[in-house]
Amino acid sequence: MSTTLLNIVLADDDEDDRMLFAEAIEEIPIRTKLSLFNHGQELMDYLTLPNVVLPNLIFLDLNMPIKNGLQCLKEIRSNPRLKDLCVAIYSTSSSEKDVEETFLNGANIYVNKPDNFSKLREVVEKVLQLNWQYHTSNLNKDTFLFRM
Amino acid sequence: MEVKLFFKYDFDTLCKAFIKEHLDALDISYAINSINEVTINENLQKDKQKTLSEALKKYGIEILTDQKATLVERIKHAIDKMLKDEKSKNLKLSAYLSDNLNYSYTYLSSVFSENTYTSIENYTILRKVDLAKEFMCNTDLTLTEIAYRLNYSSVAHLSGQFKKVTGLTPSAFQNIMKKKKDYNLQ
Repeated sequence: MSTTLLNIVLADDDEDDRMLFAEAIEEIPIRTKLSLFNHGQELMDYLTLPNVVLPNLIFLDLNMPIKNGLQCLKEIRSNPRLKDLCVAIYSTSSSEKDVEETFLNGANIYVNKPDNFSKLREVVEKVLQLNWQYHTSNLNKDTFLFRM
Repeated sequence: MEVKLFFKYDFDTLCKAFIKEHLDALDISYAINSINEVTINENLQKDKQKTLSEALKKYGIEILTDQKATLVERIKHAIDKMLKDEKSKNLKLSAYLSDNLNYSYTYLSSVFSENTYTSIENYTILRKVDLAKEFMCNTDLTLTEIAYRLNYSSVAHLSGQFKKVTGLTPSAFQNIMKKKKDYNLQ
């Protein structure tokens, strides 16, 4: 199997959700390194560190204190060093308004938080596989748009 | 006053011209076989190879040394060629790949799955959907025409597969892309 490591970050203020996500990632047979953040500001502080290794994929919860997911997304897309990063929204909200607003602001993937662990594992694996294909194949990054 | 320019790329031409420029600059004798395969007609000196890989690295181009990774790239390239070529699109994928690459399909599909976290079939579906997206955004083709070009039996088949892979219907996707364009122009 390939030796390339996928660098993944998740910003979510819910401790249980962070833990479940980490467990799901561990069960997936793709080599990953996961970093967790408690809210949007913590994530942005990390991403803007001078020598940070940028992640291959960012999972963003929408409702978070201090800085929410949409604010992070806008900051990422307007920062020249971060703007090409792949961003997946990871939210309990399935309102069309949230879906559309995040897509318009540059989200690549919109994931509804599943209500059980096996579905979570399945959907995260699907997102990781897609992300992998986009990093290693000549697929069109401008139309990299998925909802699951 | 600012003006926005919009570009359309011919990826094949772009890559070949780019590689040609770099090889010519190093005075190397070569033949370009495809965008990811070049035959060098001489013993490539170590320092030339090093200069070349460093020059290409800046543009995200890597010279592959791993044989299996090379084969995966050749499979992807062959899939692209088959999907884009009017004459070959009706052929069976497995036969097309084994004829073009001179390996059994069983071998090709096991190398592919071991190295990409997906199967040749699923990759091809993803690639077809990606091409459908490209047609929807950059051409005036109707869904019927796109379905025909990509060898779907009907628009319903294209729409079904598109929805299954992306979670969006083709019209929802087109709607978002259009709004996104307007939004970015504001």
